[in-house]
Amino acid sequence: MSEVGIIAYGASPFTKEDHKIESMLHKSTNDLFKKNPDINKNEIDAVLVSTNNNSKYLSPVLSEMAGIKPKIAHSIESLCNSGTNSIVSAFSYISSGLADMVLVTGAERYDSPGQILEWDNSRGEFKHPIFWASIFSKSYKREYGISDEQLAIVSVKNHKQAKENPNALSKKTYTVEDVMNSKKLTDDLRLLNCSRPCTGSASILLASKEVAEKYTDMPIWITGIGQKTTSAGFTKNTSLTSMESTAIAGQSALKMSNRNISEIDVAEVHDAFSVCEPMILESLGFTNPGEGVNMAQKLHEENNFMVNPRGGLIGSGHPLGATGISQTIEIVQQLQKTAENRQTNNPKTGLVHNMSAAATSSTVLVLEK
Amino acid sequence: MSFENELEKGQFYLPECISCKKWVWPPSEFCDRCNGKTSLKKEEFEGKIIEFSKQNDNYFCIVEFYDSIRIIANMTTCPKKDQIVKILKCGINDGGYFFHII
Repeated sequence: MSEVGIIAYGASPFTKEDHKIESMLHKSTNDLFKKNPDINKNEIDAVLVSTNNNSKYLSPVLSEMAGIKPKIAHSIESLCNSGTNSIVSAFSYISSGLADMVLVTGAERYDSPGQILEWDNSRGEFKHPIFWASIFSKSYKREYGISDEQLAIVSVKNHKQAKENPNALSKKTYTVEDVMNSKKLTDDLRLLNCSRPCTGSASILLASKEVAEKYTDMPIWITGIGQKTTSAGFTKNTSLTSMESTAIAGQSALKMSNRNISEIDVAEVHDAFSVCEPMILESLGFTNPGEGVNMAQKLHEENNFMVNPRGGLIGSGHPLGATGISQTIEIVQQLQKTAENRQTNNPKTGLVHNMSAAATSSTVLVLEK
Repeated sequence: MSFENELEKGQFYLPECISCKKWVWPPSEFCDRCNGKTSLKKEEFEGKIIEFSKQNDNYFCIVEFYDSIRIIANMTTCPKKDQIVKILKCGINDGGYFFHII
């Protein structure tokens, strides 16, 4: 199996603006090529589009707009982890020898149809994600004696970190009191505990070792991949205080990369809601069950950007199809030491965690220099 | 007789595999374990509240039937964890299911 590296990236700001999906796809793709003018578009074998948008034939559309004539062109949709699913597909094309260079672009509009899984009728009238997040929050607080104020620290931390991310949706910092006084959505969830849907795009270019080393002396290698889907419906989650798919995907990714969790220096995790971050940190093994909030609080107090340096979904915004790619770009920047004010201390190994539909499906990537 | 036809009439009948007797959820005409056909069991099912939260004056609860089937249902009185409940009202509205428990 040939090695696969990330050799270039591009991004758009995450906003609430109203743009066509095709324009958004082109925006980050164009940014990638402007930043990397030496890339020969004729060498791109595949163009993969990650989105939940209902527009059709988006990969050939993007290819035409960007001046690429790929062998392989198609879209990938898997709700919120479409982005990392697309990266895994790109990895597979390259490692199998079907492609040497693959462009992956993810984009979403603020009104994405992927925000609500209409199929999941087991949720009754409660299909909006705020309801599963409320149930997770209630159960997590009950199990470990955690307060709303403790969970609010995740939002405070991630908004603070997003302030250093020029592409983030959030431009403000908040206190625990601000979170506690924000709009009450349910008894267990406030507005500032939530990531927000938005318009945005992100692109990365992956290549085989031979091609990667031709274009850059700082490729970032994908050394571990883990994926697990336990169900599609929220109510099939066996635990409401941990994430089974995340635990399994994390173990698989670490095993493939011959790493253990203590060797991960920086991580982007899918904090769709405040409670998700501690649950993910625990499920990945960064800390013990019930101690994820303490880990987030300690990182916040020490101003350590190790977890969600770009501000996570809560601070950056959540354009579904672009999120996993944006998370991956952040870890690439961290490992290349180009993350400016968000830069963590000399990271060598990074992790990306991206999930869908109340953690019924998770993807974990391990990235290394 | 399909689950949705009965639900539209306000009846909550659960599908069971004719061959291996597994309760099948989400409702389907085929068993996800042995691929056999399912039929609806016409009983008044009792469920257990696994977890709940509240929005405005309404509680929304995860209710479990037969240790396997879970739905989210609406309740107007204050629930308790592990409380045994029954379906009070159910149906389909704009293509989506709704369940009220008591």
